Amino acid sequence: MAGLITMDDLTNEQIIKILDDATRLLPVAKGELFLPLLQGRILGNLFFEPSTRTRMSFETAMKRLGGEVVNLGDIKNSSVVKGETLFDTIQMVDGYTDIIAMRHPRQGAAQYAQDSARVPIMNGGDGAGHHPTQTMLDLFTIRQAHGTLEGLKVVLAGDLRYGRTVHSLSHALTRFGCQLIFASPKLLKMPTEIVSDLRESGANVVETEDLLGSINDADVVYMTRIQKERFVDEDEYARCAGGYKLHADNLADVKSEMIIMHPLPRVDEIHASVDSTRHACYFNQAFNGVVARMALICYLLGVTVPVDVESEGGAL
Amino acid sequence: MPNEHSMRRVTAIRNGTVVDHIPSGQALRVLEMLGIGGKSSVPVSLVMNVPSKKMGAKDIIKVEDRELTQTELDRLALVAPDAHVAIIRAYSVAEKLTINLGTEVLNVVRCTFSNCITTNLREPLPHRLKVIGRDPLHIRCHYCGRPQDLDELIKNVL
Ligand SMILES: [Zn+2]
Repeated sequence: MAGLITMDDLTNEQIIKILDDATRLLPVAKGELFLPLLQGRILGNLFFEPSTRTRMSFETAMKRLGGEVVNLGDIKNSSVVKGETLFDTIQMVDGYTDIIAMRHPRQGAAQYAQDSARVPIMNGGDGAGHHPTQTMLDLFTIRQAHGTLEGLKVVLAGDLRYGRTVHSLSHALTRFGCQLIFASPKLLKMPTEIVSDLRESGANVVETEDLLGSINDADVVYMTRIQKERFVDEDEYARCAGGYKLHADNLADVKSEMIIMHPLPRVDEIHASVDSTRHACYFNQAFNGVVARMALICYLLGVTVPVDVESEGGAL
Repeated sequence: MPNEHSMRRVTAIRNGTVVDHIPSGQALRVLEMLGIGGKSSVPVSLVMNVPSKKMGAKDIIKVEDRELTQTELDRLALVAPDAHVAIIRAYSVAEKLTINLGTEVLNVVRCTFSNCITTNLREPLPHRLKVIGRDPLHIRCHYCGRPQDLDELIKNVL
């Protein structure tokens, strides 16, 4: 069965269908309703690399819909350190579960797992490769705020070089005709091959080092963390990263419906003063990880999300 | 035959394989991909930059006493996708083989990206490269999606 390895596995229509399903599942994700669509189904969480948030989010998504979860557990104690191949691990888990969520340090691991498996694989990050479930929750959050994905002006800021989140998201937004502004220090620019890929697929891309000068007519400002380790020394880091921080004081002239997103964890790129503004969307974005994954799991397992969730669901 | 003349630049062989229509300057690469040359014991002759009506210039290789297999031809497809191959027995062409660079190169080379899942040689699934474009050659790993550089790739022949 097909899984979700990269965003290319979904058409725009399929993306919108999943986001629609997710919207209807919100009361279930919030725990206001119980709708056991996935009762009797088992998710295998295969995290070969620690990622508490993503793993928890998959687990919560499954459990909110009445499904069960089995975990690979601590890698240090597993057969993987004894030299088991990914192929063999997948053969075992494939037999135990109905769907697998996976993160792996090596690029291509998710596709490899999908080729080895009978059940759908959801790629929760493979090396510097893809992280499509993050993209789905980002798209859900943007659409929730603006009612559409089409033709928005989106600023992506911070570490655009190493952040796989912003790579997948840029590709997806391009498919919906968004205008992209990449704001980053020179050292952390969006890789040139990605920029040329985006332009080839018709993207309207602007590259700049000026974040604050770019936010006033933006619909979305997507911040990412700049890691100290990317720079030769502390001074260089301070000099470069300084311009990629947001404070509530910077938001005086932005559009009222503009949202600020961040894949979290943040360090100091978004000041706590922003949290209480109407633009802060990152905690809601993190919550949306659950509902987006609920809809995705249903979609991949061929489980129909009822049109009227309210009347199908029961009280908790 | 239009290439009769250029073929004669190298002496006819009794038994073996003639690889013609190799892109000019690629003959050494072809030998490298086939694992023929330096240490091999069979006589090999090659001509490079021979004028060709079809290609402008081309290279030709003749390998004596050895008939190339389909697997070896598949390797060739990466560097010389339009090469003509003739198996020679008793001085005449016994068989003509075609090279086909399809949409996928299966178990011929392995991905050059150091963090690709396929770098674990114990993983049993086939090495798969996808041919995205032919001219210029654009190849990506089926698993990690990284574009492959031909010079690097040749070092990874399986
Ligand atoms: Zn690869």
